[in-house]
Amino acid sequence: MSSVYFHIGKYFLLMVSTFTKPEKRKIYWKLIIQEVDKIGLQSLGIVALLSLFMGAVVTLQTAANIDSGWIPRWTIGFTTRQTMILEFSSTIVCLILSGKVGGNIASEIGTMRITEQIDAMEIMGINSASYLILPKIVAALFIFPFMVILSMFIGISAGAFVGLTTGVVSLNDFEYGLQYSFELWQVSYSLIKTFFFAFIITSVSAYHGFYTNGGPREVGASSTRAVVYSMVLILVANYILTQLLLL
Amino acid sequence: MIEVKNISKSFAGHQVLNNVSAEFHPGKVNFIIGRSGSGKSVLTKCIVGLMEVDQGEIFFDNRNFTTLDRWDRKDIRQEMGMLFQGSALFSSLNVEENILFPLQMFSSMSKSEMLDRVNVCLKRVNLEGKNKLYPSELSGGMQKRTGIARAIAMNPRYLFCDEPNSGLDPQTAIVIDNLIREITYEFKSTTVVISHDMNSVLETGDHINFIYQGELSWRGNKHEILHSENEALNNFVFPSKFMQQIREKLRG
Ligand SMILES: Nc1ncnc2c1ncn2[C@@H]1O[C@H](COP(=O)(O)OP(=O)(O)O)[C@@H](O)[C@H]1O
Ligand SMILES: [Mg+2]
Repeated sequence: MSSVYFHIGKYFLLMVSTFTKPEKRKIYWKLIIQEVDKIGLQSLGIVALLSLFMGAVVTLQTAANIDSGWIPRWTIGFTTRQTMILEFSSTIVCLILSGKVGGNIASEIGTMRITEQIDAMEIMGINSASYLILPKIVAALFIFPFMVILSMFIGISAGAFVGLTTGVVSLNDFEYGLQYSFELWQVSYSLIKTFFFAFIITSVSAYHGFYTNGGPREVGASSTRAVVYSMVLILVANYILTQLLLL
Repeated sequence: MIEVKNISKSFAGHQVLNNVSAEFHPGKVNFIIGRSGSGKSVLTKCIVGLMEVDQGEIFFDNRNFTTLDRWDRKDIRQEMGMLFQGSALFSSLNVEENILFPLQMFSSMSKSEMLDRVNVCLKRVNLEGKNKLYPSELSGGMQKRTGIARAIAMNPRYLFCDEPNSGLDPQTAIVIDNLIREITYEFKSTTVVISHDMNSVLETGDHINFIYQGELSWRGNKHEILHSENEALNNFVFPSKFMQQIREKLRG
């Protein structure tokens, strides 16, 4: 148990270093833009693919389960919207991204650690934590919300497309369902969660990479640990935030 | 001058350095020698502050480095250059960007002045025109030379080299040794070289510190090493029958 406190303490100390005394501003802009590309744009494909199929499947599932005449057909559009906006586009997409982005961050920083590249920065007098970690956190906080909104669009559009082409729902019904008791707050709730998830993925993965000790095998282990810890923390944060924001 | 006073360092009860004191002189190539695992790298990392010492003090030209916090150390850090055992080049940056790195971070030069400085450094290590190659496209010797170019980019007062010629063939190793020696004399830097390559120690060793079982066991220069009666040192420097015969010959 004491090792849990040890890690939490070490994590917070690393975050303090990360957010203090960054080096030249100009250099940070360049790094942030690079990271937006690496952790954002290069993950667009997987996010789009995932959202496409999830939106389609949720629509078909709902259609298949409302055979009884008591439940109106517009429920299909309603359910697709609620699923995508409230949970899928934020939580599930971020869980998947923690595998891709988190694993990448941990192995990149871990490799720099074991090949002494981090020591080389430190010896120059550079705050390596800030240089390596801050741009990743800022980039993720900036780009993840866009990816989540994109996921909502793709998922709902895919649902509509599948619903109409298979004939399980009419355009009118689907549209009515989409608009039924819709509040913008639901999107905000999802985006607030996304900010937390983005921070968890980048900072926790960076932590595991930064304190890698040993050789290539340990980099692999750090990468795995980064993904597992990010995922567990996302699940816990999702629960806590939902309770705080929706109740 | 760098002065190391009574430093000790242990890891989880395993004592690696025990009350080590040493002096490293400006304009000279100062060696730290010893067997693998004897604590040479740990000693160097303690000196440059990559590791914290358990006890003792380190002075850079009378400035007590040990008591400074990380922000105040920055000023002294910027006077340091280091060549790492595995070169530690930034793998995502090409040769030019590697050398530009410290300049962009800390110098107030214009872009073209920086590029001029990069080319001066590259010329110094005989790597002109290799600006756009990536570390993975370089041979071991070229990586070391790029590492040296990066280390001297900011005109360091203190230059550290951790096993500069490990993993190199003997001829390339001598090229690197000569380069380090010339740079040291040229820039009057206080150079600390970690090595277990006897060739370079006997060729370049102005001041030699021998670490044995975590303690400073002997110090002297390359001439004195021949006449030392320190058994551990003799076993280390002249490990084979052949080398012992050479020692006898040289002693006359
Ligand atoms: N970060 C560390 N944690 C624990 N032990 C270490 C660490 N770094 C070095 N050591 C131990 O210190 C001893 C000396 O290592 P080192 O200074 O690297 O030797 P060398 O003289 O070959 O450079 C070794 O026994 C090594 O296992
Ligand atoms: Mg070593």
